[in-house]
Amino acid sequence: MEEKGTFNVKSGLAQMLKGGVIMDVTTAEQAKIAEEAGACSVMALERVPADIRAAGGIARMADPSIILNIMEAVSIPVMAKCRIGHFVEAQILESLGVDYIDESEVLTPADDKYHINKNEFKVPFVCGARNLGEALRRIGEGAAMIRTKGEPGTGNVIEAVRHMRQVNAEIRWVSNLPEEELMSAAKELQAPYELVLEVVKSNRLPVVNFAAGGIASPADAALMMQLGCDGIFVGSGIFKSGDPMKRARAIVAATTYYNDSAVLAEVSRDLGEAMVGIDIASIKPQERMQDRGC
Amino acid sequence: MAAKLIGVLALQGAFAEHIAALKKCGAETFEVRTAEDLNKIDGLIIPGGESTTIGKLMNKYAMEEVIKARVAEGMPLWGTCAGMILMAKEIVDSDQIKLGLMDIEVKRNAYGRQVDSFEAELQLAGIGQIKGVFIRAPYVGRVWGEARVLSCHNEQIVMVQQRKMLATSFHPELTEDLDIHQYFLEMG
Repeated sequence: MEEKGTFNVKSGLAQMLKGGVIMDVTTAEQAKIAEEAGACSVMALERVPADIRAAGGIARMADPSIILNIMEAVSIPVMAKCRIGHFVEAQILESLGVDYIDESEVLTPADDKYHINKNEFKVPFVCGARNLGEALRRIGEGAAMIRTKGEPGTGNVIEAVRHMRQVNAEIRWVSNLPEEELMSAAKELQAPYELVLEVVKSNRLPVVNFAAGGIASPADAALMMQLGCDGIFVGSGIFKSGDPMKRARAIVAATTYYNDSAVLAEVSRDLGEAMVGIDIASIKPQERMQDRGC
Repeated sequence: MAAKLIGVLALQGAFAEHIAALKKCGAETFEVRTAEDLNKIDGLIIPGGESTTIGKLMNKYAMEEVIKARVAEGMPLWGTCAGMILMAKEIVDSDQIKLGLMDIEVKRNAYGRQVDSFEAELQLAGIGQIKGVFIRAPYVGRVWGEARVLSCHNEQIVMVQQRKMLATSFHPELTEDLDIHQYFLEMG
């Protein structure tokens, strides 16, 4: 008797991705470069976040042909993004056989109130979060993996750092509360009470938590790992840089050896141009992707 | 007698889960990231993760030959999922970096993609019944030489032992069951 699509196998795949780097790719060639560089998974997209930001308009799920070409090209797990609340895009991605769905603020939201009921799917979901309450609401809806939102497509790590520190601070806060204050804490966090209890018991999120949104260098990756992330998503940071293969390899090594400054110094050398960065203050409020879906 | 120090290869993947399971069994544990680390330990687990990623890092940081040398001296070695793939002498349709230590042929992603990942009860020879968690799992197509089959699921081989080497397609470290960790500790 085999049981498929259990929460154990959904969160289990995220556990297997830990300590690794998940790279955004838009073609089979890029996917092969990512795999060759040591990516533990790739995110199949029509455009990387920096290009989505530059193009404006409505960003949707990628064309299935792009995703299938990438799945064909590599043996590592392939993820793909659907719009927040767009459960039909998710159904399509599940039928294509992608290994993880990112219900992502990088695409234009399809629903201004509700996220997808991710418990209904066999394929696991990852969602972005800026704080503990947001992370636990997504897990309550069935997400089996969380990532910081950061500010995608900026090459600026400050928002990912802010979100990771916020989650960590709130975990420390609830973990030190007496039991009688936890219901009120759950109310304040706008989080499911049972999941707050789980956090208190284990002193961490109930699922794997990756860093995403603005990571552009090996040092950025190691910074997020030292802050306690389980692994790294790199969106535009690799294929918008001068030497994608070299930078990708360096970020993979930096994610494993995040505590070894000699290795970090070695892999940070001669990487060529990093992606062009954007100051967060220069982004208009309505163009901030992290404020989508909360 | 000092407790045995069991290393878990901590390049990528679910190494923290193995460390936690070993600690529950009372073992001393160590996260292995360098070739020097390999000379400090009495046994090694290669965890689940992405076998191509772990293989490349193992190669780049010169750990392959040291692992092979330690195993030749009799150090116990256990690979789960990606670890099993890296220990196999043959990998179907792949020329990826591997240790090539066990007389087994492994098929990667043998059950399909993530939507085909599953849990199932398994019977293990000499150990008993446990829950097997299979995630984009490999299975063993054939064994030869000294490799002994310890468990099958639907006629496919999912656990093999060869002297002090153990390989499992599934992830005991994702369950509360410590039987295989105990079995591994007693192998040394």
